[in-house]
Amino acid sequence: MPETGAERPELLQALAALSGRVPAGLLEGAVEDGELRVRLGNEALIPALRLLKDEHGFSFFEDMAVFDNLGQAGEGGRRFTVVYRLYMFPGARRARLAVDVGEEESLPSAVPVYRAADWAEREAFDMFGVRFDGHPGLRRIYMPDDFEGHPLRKDFPLAGRTGGV
Amino acid sequence: MAFNEIELNMGPQHPSTHGVLRLKLAVDNEVVVRVEPVLGYLHRGMEKLWESLTYVQVVPLTDRLDYLASLSNNLAYVLTVEKLAGIEVPRRARYIRIVLAELQRLASHLAWAGFMANDIGAMSVLLYGFEAREEILDLFEAYCGARLTVHGIRIGGVVQDLDAALVSRIRTVLSRIPKRLADIRALLDENRIWKERTVGIGPITAADAIDLGLTGPALRASGVAWDMRKDVPYSSYDEIDFEVPLGRNGDCYDRYLVRLEEICQSIRIVGQALDGLPEGEHMAKVPRALRIPPAEAYHAIEAPKGVLGFTIRSNGTDKPERVKMRSPSFVNLQSLEHMCVGCLFPDVVGILGSLDIVLGEIDK
Repeated sequence: MPETGAERPELLQALAALSGRVPAGLLEGAVEDGELRVRLGNEALIPALRLLKDEHGFSFFEDMAVFDNLGQAGEGGRRFTVVYRLYMFPGARRARLAVDVGEEESLPSAVPVYRAADWAEREAFDMFGVRFDGHPGLRRIYMPDDFEGHPLRKDFPLAGRTGGV
Repeated sequence: MAFNEIELNMGPQHPSTHGVLRLKLAVDNEVVVRVEPVLGYLHRGMEKLWESLTYVQVVPLTDRLDYLASLSNNLAYVLTVEKLAGIEVPRRARYIRIVLAELQRLASHLAWAGFMANDIGAMSVLLYGFEAREEILDLFEAYCGARLTVHGIRIGGVVQDLDAALVSRIRTVLSRIPKRLADIRALLDENRIWKERTVGIGPITAADAIDLGLTGPALRASGVAWDMRKDVPYSSYDEIDFEVPLGRNGDCYDRYLVRLEEICQSIRIVGQALDGLPEGEHMAKVPRALRIPPAEAYHAIEAPKGVLGFTIRSNGTDKPERVKMRSPSFVNLQSLEHMCVGCLFPDVVGILGSLDIVLGEIDK
């Protein structure tokens, strides 16, 4: 059974705070399956992370995942969707923040808010080519520095590619 | 750059990096100034590969992530697929999963104790730790034929039922571990050399650890009571009684104590899961060709190294659209520089050992 928002008052409070603080940037928001799920405009990302961390107990940056929407409409019509997963400790609640970013655009870095975002952003840059403004040292983390292309993009072939490595 | 500062290269082929990890170190005389891990020597592009395999075919590849705890990887991935597909796992299977996951934690922590002591120069502990771990690997072999890349947990349940003979064999093996643990502790706990190399070495505060994303025993050594088995229980862990051991100082010595204490707790957990093993099926009915409508799910477990999570997005076919792994070793390694700066150069080896990393899941 999916849990309703009524059992998660702290998440509903966080959602209300977000819609008060970043009204224009909050594109969608709900409490579903026991977690806070919001979709944000790029400019609202850092204020939203700060708000959730400083005032609503989301002290832990749990994970970041990038999705390549090539050939699909995607959540916001742009090429990549970046999902930030925050964890409330103590309290054991989760928040999922999604932002869309185009191939030629960049996102503000979350490192000034959560140091844990450092390698996550380097990985996103290496694998998808998503750029993060203000990252302290945005460079590839797995692939060699002179590698061309971003392996986890949908148009990057699984095998048979020459050059690069 | 300070006048006395020099750069040192450690690895990628170095016995204490437990795999192919390169560290770019800057030292001022003997004091560490900077540590920059250089990753990717073992990068196999697992996440890319998984997009071309069916949900079922991915499971054995997860064995190759943290290859010292393959069942934990299986469990985290399989739980995420089950969440995505809405598969209800039989209670007996959930209990067998607890038994397997905790045996895996025992094997991982015992191997760690051996490696860590060996890194610091105590060779015999490696033999003690591996002797105990070997018996657990024998149990895995008796259960499903494999020892290292076990592939014992399947979507919907476990590969096979636990029979009474194996249950009593597990109990016998577990009953011998406290003696071996006592041997290790007798060698190390009050050992002057061990304490000089671990007490106060590589400390991290609870606040820094949380901000840097540290999880698992390394986080609990800093006094943070966070264990996914308690906080967000999965697989019937909420029916089991156990404690979460905590450290105080967040140094190498406390990370050692926390892991050894966790070994005792895992023995308790396996005992309870065997006592309370419910009757029933060991597998749910799962369609042969598992097709999952478009959705996204995230699930995290408490693996031996820390919080291991998977994000899976489905697209209606029998293959995932995208699988993203939150690898505890990868995130924990981010704290290495913080722990090492200001320490002496030889302590980098001990601090790295105390983090318990496996390159298979760092490089993916």
